[in-house]
Order: sequence, then structure tokens, then C-alpha cells
Amino acid sequence: MTQLTLAPVRRRISAMAWARENLFSSPFNTVLTLAALYLIWLVVPDLLDWAVFRATFTGLDRKACLGADQGACWPFVTHNLDQFIYGHYPEEERWRVDTTFILGIAGLVPLMIPRAPWKRLNALYMLGFFPLAAFVLLSGGRSGLNPVDTSYWGGFMLTLVVAVTGIVLSLPLGIVLALGRRSRLPLIRLLSVIYIEFWRGVPLVTVLFMASVMLPLFLPQGVTFDKLLRCLIGVTLFSAAYMAEVVRGGLQAIPRGQQEAASALGLGYWQSMWFIVIPQALRHVIPGIVNTFIGLFKDTTLVLVVGLFDLFGMVQFQLSDARWSTPQTPTTGYAFVAFVFWVCCFGMSRYSMSVEKRLKQGGSK
Amino acid sequence: MMDSLEKASSVRDLATARVKIEIAGMSKWYGTFQVLKNINLNVLEGERIVIAGPSGSGKSTLIRCINRLETHDAGRIAIDGVDLTDDLRRVDVVRREVGMVFQQFNLFPHMTVLENLTLAPILVRKMPEAEARDMAMQYLERVRIPEQANKYPGQLSGGQQQRVAIARALCMNPHVMLFDEPTSALDPEMIKEVLDVMIGLAESGMTMLCVTHEMGFARQVADRVVFMDAGEIIEDDVPEEFFAHPKNDRTRAFLQQILSH
Repeated sequence: MTQLTLAPVRRRISAMAWARENLFSSPFNTVLTLAALYLIWLVVPDLLDWAVFRATFTGLDRKACLGADQGACWPFVTHNLDQFIYGHYPEEERWRVDTTFILGIAGLVPLMIPRAPWKRLNALYMLGFFPLAAFVLLSGGRSGLNPVDTSYWGGFMLTLVVAVTGIVLSLPLGIVLALGRRSRLPLIRLLSVIYIEFWRGVPLVTVLFMASVMLPLFLPQGVTFDKLLRCLIGVTLFSAAYMAEVVRGGLQAIPRGQQEAASALGLGYWQSMWFIVIPQALRHVIPGIVNTFIGLFKDTTLVLVVGLFDLFGMVQFQLSDARWSTPQTPTTGYAFVAFVFWVCCFGMSRYSMSVEKRLKQGGSK
Repeated sequence: MMDSLEKASSVRDLATARVKIEIAGMSKWYGTFQVLKNINLNVLEGERIVIAGPSGSGKSTLIRCINRLETHDAGRIAIDGVDLTDDLRRVDVVRREVGMVFQQFNLFPHMTVLENLTLAPILVRKMPEAEARDMAMQYLERVRIPEQANKYPGQLSGGQQQRVAIARALCMNPHVMLFDEPTSALDPEMIKEVLDVMIGLAESGMTMLCVTHEMGFARQVADRVVFMDAGEIIEDDVPEEFFAHPKNDRTRAFLQQILSH
């Protein structure tokens, strides 16, 4: 499939020549191409038929989606869209979620465009101001905002909170752990290895259960802390272990001479790591890092098991709504969730590919 | 070239120069294998020493011990009277005074040439950015590639890269320069441009230790040639004597091999 998108690059070659080179270059490739075409023919028409031609797009309740030979029941999604986005966040406070989202996009977009100016200020905004603003806006209880307990948070907003927190915190933690695992000091090395192997060895579901059910049993009576916070910590610590191993792979790819040259110039350990080794190491492992990000993004759905309702959880929850109970409702709901996740993950993947390409060409930051 | 060099030599009065680097009874082991055996070597201020010897003789290890990229296990190394020990502050002091050029250049590929040069002065010497840039440009002119300042190392030829590496080391204003086979990874047509820069540096009075197989360079520039074999210094003499009347059999065999073609 990706080869199809490469086609425009070779403009001078005719369509026939392109097909011969890319699709039918050997008997094995010919078989693969035919098999793929057969699969597409098998799936796509039915999918389109279900999602578009036999689907219902408007309606107020289940009656709209009860026709014979019914396709997708999209009114279920549009009708509940607010719930899917905000969860049970109070309706009159939802502007706070919107504001947070806009603040985030306003910082993220220029950060992702290589030519946009003031990168340092922009990064400071995203790592300093934005998390603080998001915290105050979303949880309230300060600056005249009504407090909103995290048990009301939900939907896509919760998915983003868990994923973004996990992504932003697990990378630096992973880098520190990777350095620790390569440290010359045996104690630090041992602690890093124990940490990484422990968190990699347990399933995320277990981690979330432990954080939400077991942890309170060990804490003294009366000491509680937020269930969402516990999940955030669990997810972050969990993915940091994976991140550490990805980053370690990158560190190993950097020749010893780089650090020796830095040392010979008088740079200390942290200086040579920060300016010389880590920037190069991270470039080598962008695919692995994004892989971990995507894995984490999808794993956020697991917070459902401890009673937090992310996008998937909210859709699941609304399926039990009798007003929309039709044979097609679950399929429609799950298709919607799958589509939203796919768009997010595919976006991350494409962006990382463009970063890789840019780094390969210029070598600049 | 020879004239100006002799003039330069006559200005330097090595007889009264003070000892810059003192190595006494120094040994080093890799596990049970002894790579350096009881090394004694004094380097005077402004002195230019070429270290030669077959591969595996420990010459690279010796100069890597001087800025403590390798640690020695016995004996002492002192630079300007400061003993090299595990004390990290002393190591930092020594590394600031001693510049090093590597066989594989070891430029930082993710930074431009200019950034390669200004990084350490800004971070380590706390030099203002503009000042560091001016100084970097001066050194790039001295190694004759100021026009490459904004390129990345990967866009330069090997000879250009090695000249950038020399300029980068000089930007820290070192008193001593160590060269670890600086021309061994270069294509033959690029060796001369690097040697020319090194000769220019020698003329300026820099204290230099060069591990190299370039015997022409040794003859022309060195005050002393040190010959190593199997971890020992077995000959240490002025170039005229070293090349005309080598005293040790192993030196003779080595010279015959390296000069015969």
C-alpha cells in the first residue's frame, strides 16, 4: 500500500512500467499482488455498503435504525458525540475542556512545523505553561473555577489526558533509565535493570488494578489519592520501561569516539550526554519511540478496567442505553472508536516519518 | 619550510624549557595483558615528539592515558605538575589544557562545523556566544576552511573533517596537543593538507605529541622520535640519529619496512 503513495515520485515512468516494477517484479510478488487485490475486493465493497449505502445518518432514536437490511447506525454516534468527547464532565463547564484543547493545539502546531520561529519559547510554553493551565482548567477549584472531580472526566478528553501525560513523562524517564542501565556505577545499573525488567514483566492491566485496588490497602487509613492520578502514574512508569529499552538501542548505536571527543574537550558526563550522545541516539530510534507512543495511546483504553471511562469506555457505556438498542449499534460504536484511534495513530506515524526524512536530508535540528 | 622551521627551533630554547608532561614508571594492564611497561617520558614545553612503532605496540594507549581517556595502573603521569588521579576535578583541569585529535576525527555529526567548534568554549569556558564564534572563525581560517563553517561534517571530505577536528581542539586554547594517528584514516591525496596544518601548528611553538607513521613529518618537525614496541619505549632520540643510526634491532627492522617503499 505504501508503494502506491510513492508513485508520483517517479513521474517519468509510465503506469505500466511502474506496475511491472512494483507489483509484478517476480512470480512471488505477482502472487502477493493478486492476493491483495482479492482481499480488497472482498472487504472494501461490503464495508462501503455497510458504512455508507445501507447506513442511516439521521434520526432521534433507535427507530431510525430498525429497517430491514440496515447498515451502520450513525445517529447513535452523532447523538452521543458530546458524551464521547467529554464523558460526564458537567455541561456548563465544557468550555474549559475546549479551551484546554485549543491551548494545546496552539502550542503543538507551531512546535511541529520546522520553520516556525521561537522554538525555545514554544517548548517552554508546552512543557511549562500548558500542563499547569490544563491542570487548573480541567480540575478547577482555583481562580474562581468550580472544582470538577476526576471521576466526571471521560471520553476522548480522558484518552488524551492519559496518553499525553504518559507520552510526555515516559520519554525523559526512559532516557534516564537507559543511561542508568549503561552506567559505570554497579548500583545504578542494578536499580535500572530491576526497574525495567519488573515493569516490562507485568501486564498493564495488572499495574492498573494494583494502582487502583491494591495500593489503597497499603496506604494508611484516610490517605487517598485520586484514581486518575494513580492510573497516570501507572501508565507512565509502565511505558517508561519500554521507552528505556528503545533509547538504549539508540545509545548503543553511537560510536564510543563521540563521547571520547566530548570528554577530551572537557565536557562532563551530563554535558556530553545531553549535547552529544542523546540527540544522536534519539534520531536513530524515532521509529521505536513512535511505536511506543502509539502502543501507549491504544493502551489507554485499559483504564476501563478500573472504572475510568475513556473514549472506548464511554462508547461501551452508551451501548447499554435502551433508546439506541439496535442490532447495528455496537458495530457502529466500535467502528467509530476504531476510526478515531486509527486517525490519531496514523497521524503520529506519518509525522514521525516526515521528521525522519527531514533529519536525513539536512541533519539540522 | 625547513628554513623557517630551523629559525623557529632556534628561538625555542629547549635546554631551559620546563617539563610540561612527566611520565614516570607508568604501566597499564588489560586484564592480565600488560599493554604499557614501565614508561618513562618527559615532554618539555614547546617540544614536538613523534611516537612511532608497529600496531599494537601501545602508542595510542600511551597518549590516551595523558588525557585520561584510559587510566594507568602504576607509576605517575603529571601535567604542569598536576598528578593525574581518580580526582575528577583534576582530570577536568588537565583535559581543558590538553587538546586531542583522533584517527576517526570524531566530529559531532548533528552539529554544523561552527557549532562543533563553539560548543566546548561556550559550555566549558563559559565564553559568550559571539566571542566563541569569532574565535572559531579565526581557527577555521588558520586551517584554511572558513567557507565550510555552516556545513555539516558529513558534507566535508576526510581531510577537511580532520582539519575541522584540529581547529575544534585549538578552540579550547590548549597548551598541549595530542595526535592519535591523525592521517591514518585519510585518502593519500588528503594527507598533505592535514600535515601542513600540523606543521603550521608546530611552528607556532605548540607542545605536540603525535602518534603517526608519517616519517617525513617526523624528520621535518620532531625534536625527538620515540619508538615503541610491545608496550615499551625502546628508542628515544633526535630524528637525525633515529633515522641514520637506529640503535635497536627492532627499530632497524621497523624502519626498513616502513621506508623501503
